Amino acid sequence: MRFTLRIWRQKNSQDEGRFEVYEVDGVPPNASFLEMLDILNEKLIKEGKEPVAFDHDCREGICGSCGLFINGRAHGPLPNITTCRLYMRHFKDGDTITIEPFRAKPFPVIKDLVVDRSALDRIIQKGGYISVNTGSAPDANSIPIPKPAADRAFDYATCIGCGACVAACKNASAMLFTAAKVAHLAMLPQGQPERRQRVKRMVAQMDLEGFGHCSNTGACAVECPAKIPLKAIAQLQRDYIWANLTPDPHAP
Amino acid sequence: MKTASLAVGWLHTTVGRKVIMAVTGLFLITFLVVHLAGNLLLLRNDGGAAFNAYAEFMSTNPLIRILEIALFAGFIIHIYQGLYFIFRERRGRPKGYALNDAKANTSLFSRTMRLSALVILVFLIVHLKHFFVEHRLLGSPMSMYELCKLAFENPYYSAFYVVSMVLLAFHLAHGFYSGFQTLGLIVNRRVEQIVRWGAAVFAFLVPLGFAIIPIYFLIKTL
Repeated sequence: MRFTLRIWRQKNSQDEGRFEVYEVDGVPPNASFLEMLDILNEKLIKEGKEPVAFDHDCREGICGSCGLFINGRAHGPLPNITTCRLYMRHFKDGDTITIEPFRAKPFPVIKDLVVDRSALDRIIQKGGYISVNTGSAPDANSIPIPKPAADRAFDYATCIGCGACVAACKNASAMLFTAAKVAHLAMLPQGQPERRQRVKRMVAQMDLEGFGHCSNTGACAVECPAKIPLKAIAQLQRDYIWANLTPDPHAP
Repeated sequence: MKTASLAVGWLHTTVGRKVIMAVTGLFLITFLVVHLAGNLLLLRNDGGAAFNAYAEFMSTNPLIRILEIALFAGFIIHIYQGLYFIFRERRGRPKGYALNDAKANTSLFSRTMRLSALVILVFLIVHLKHFFVEHRLLGSPMSMYELCKLAFENPYYSAFYVVSMVLLAFHLAHGFYSGFQTLGLIVNRRVEQIVRWGAAVFAFLVPLGFAIIPIYFLIKTL
């Protein structure tokens, strides 16, 4: 298959950046989107040009490293997948494909299509932990957790932190990401002691990083590779209102 | 803090501001129902007797007058907060995308919230000037029914009214659902379905009910 690629090139975070157009030919239909970029990069290296920088790691949809804004959508034209699991057979031969980095103020471009997503890590640092006493390991299954609660917690825990929710949101809001973490620990008994301060601190950090507000358009959940549902955001809202209107029994 | 805090600092975060938007929005939604119920009296073929009695009650009853202050406050806060969001919208993404296919993952109604808000704001100003200012502040000698008749028999005013109601329907189609979501009331899939259906029915029927009235007056002039 043959494609015309319009790719965002940017030397470093200070560089202005611009689109450059490349032709790539002989791409197998079953190549993944990243493999197609590998083919392009091999060609660029042979021609003595600078290859296109992009993030990737596991290439099987579980690590959350890859993330490209392809033809106007986070992770490309299919819903709920990562860029590495997008295949060239989903495009038409001869298509022009526009590839941009995930854009958000808290995601500065490092080079070409690589952005710094450590703002998400800093949100996690503010509340993505639980209190555990040091000492010998507790007995397994000593804290009973009902199956439905465990299932719900796991649904939220599947977030891979790729940042597609931020990239897809018109306001560049990190609500779905933050809500997945808040909702995950809110389902479990271990998450209760810090529950109120967790939601407050994570929301404060989200604002501090410069992420936008949520306007409930639902674009995030359409693009989320982990299928985090919008009810995670409802859970965050509920916890946030509750945490601010009622006293915290676990406060020091 | 052991005690419940009365501090309102949290209302200044992005999440807190959404809560303000939702509370005022849902309050205004309940107001729409009351307003529509009263307006439908205009359809009675009694020369406006029932409607004028209702208008008299609404402008003199002390409880209604107190609620009126809350209503104005609701509007002002909702508009202020909405403008704040519009102006800060690009803050999270100063450099936009060259190509953005928002149609693929959002509804028409959510994408047009700014447009519908703006049209409703203009409508509100014209509407208040025509009825509230004339009747209550300037003490127009015309009865409320006569003011309505005068307005609705003007085809331009009626067309403007109907178009505004279409945009109100757009605004409600997203806003109704969004308000419930923001207050964290959508706890599971079943509730989500109920709210989404409720939003669709409400957003269709309420603006339709308002729009029928000018159309009725126009047809009567033919």
